Amino acid sequence: MGSALASDRAVYLPGTVRVAAKILVVGHFAVGKTTFVGSLSEIRPLRTEETMTQAGALVDDLRGTEDKTTTTVAMDFGRLTLSESLVLYLFGAPGQRRFTRLWRDMTHGALGALVLADTRRLEQSFPVMAVLEEHGLPYAVAVNHFQGAPRFAESEVREALDLLPETPLVTCDARDRTSSTQALIALVQHLQSRQARISQEQA
Amino acid sequence: MSPGRRERGLVRPYVVTDGRAYPTRNTFDLVTLVMAHPDRPLTGLSPEKRRVMELCLGGALSVAEVAGYLELPVSVTKVLLGDLVDSGHISARSPIPAAELPDTQLLQEVLDGLRARL
Repeated sequence: MGSALASDRAVYLPGTVRVAAKILVVGHFAVGKTTFVGSLSEIRPLRTEETMTQAGALVDDLRGTEDKTTTTVAMDFGRLTLSESLVLYLFGAPGQRRFTRLWRDMTHGALGALVLADTRRLEQSFPVMAVLEEHGLPYAVAVNHFQGAPRFAESEVREALDLLPETPLVTCDARDRTSSTQALIALVQHLQSRQARISQEQA
Repeated sequence: MSPGRRERGLVRPYVVTDGRAYPTRNTFDLVTLVMAHPDRPLTGLSPEKRRVMELCLGGALSVAEVAGYLELPVSVTKVLLGDLVDSGHISARSPIPAAELPDTQLLQEVLDGLRARL
């Protein structure tokens, strides 16, 4: 980035924005998280990096792992201004569950998560779904259809991923804005019905 | 010096925070929105805090965006922002409360906003 001022590159929010919401886009390596975030974002996606052993409290999180040298975890994120008062941030998050503090930070206040899956490597989605369940974050699954990847019936994918009946499963093309928006809509509708169900149970 | 190290910046992240890993307050989320107060003097601020101020004087951004534009780890950014809130240079809008169901209205607004983009 050289000597360019950060303020020259920044795209600021309208002064009327009051609320920021957060949705995570998660999945295994090379499943299309960054592409998905890039298709939807109104700003050029940004990257933040966190070095995972420099802060003292991380020692516990790394317990039991062989490699205790520092690891850099990158997150790509994008932004969608949804109304004059509301902005939505999409965080593309890696699936490694051992970064407990990072997950706590990311899931804190998040509405939910969209799990991207690849039909050629469905089993690689399990650790990602497990970490969301551990943190109590509701999710929907979107199969990012890659050219040449096998197409399975929805019921087969559901079974292979061991999804609960209420968990939405959609297909999307992460390169396509409309298709990616529809996948997010499926997630938000799921969050709404889940909320309705929970408030009914509490009543 | 290897190219890899040069790319990572010459100053180790925790030098810019005086060795602190945690901010003075625990109110920052990745999507907490922050804004700078234009009338506060910048004298006496460290170079990194000046960079934060320079960026934030332009308008509102999330904590994650501040970290992204300044190419600093989120944890370091939170420490710097915490100090700047304490000194009255920056104000933050309250983050979303954790461990609560998002309210019905918020979900509906998100849904409406997404549908409007189709």
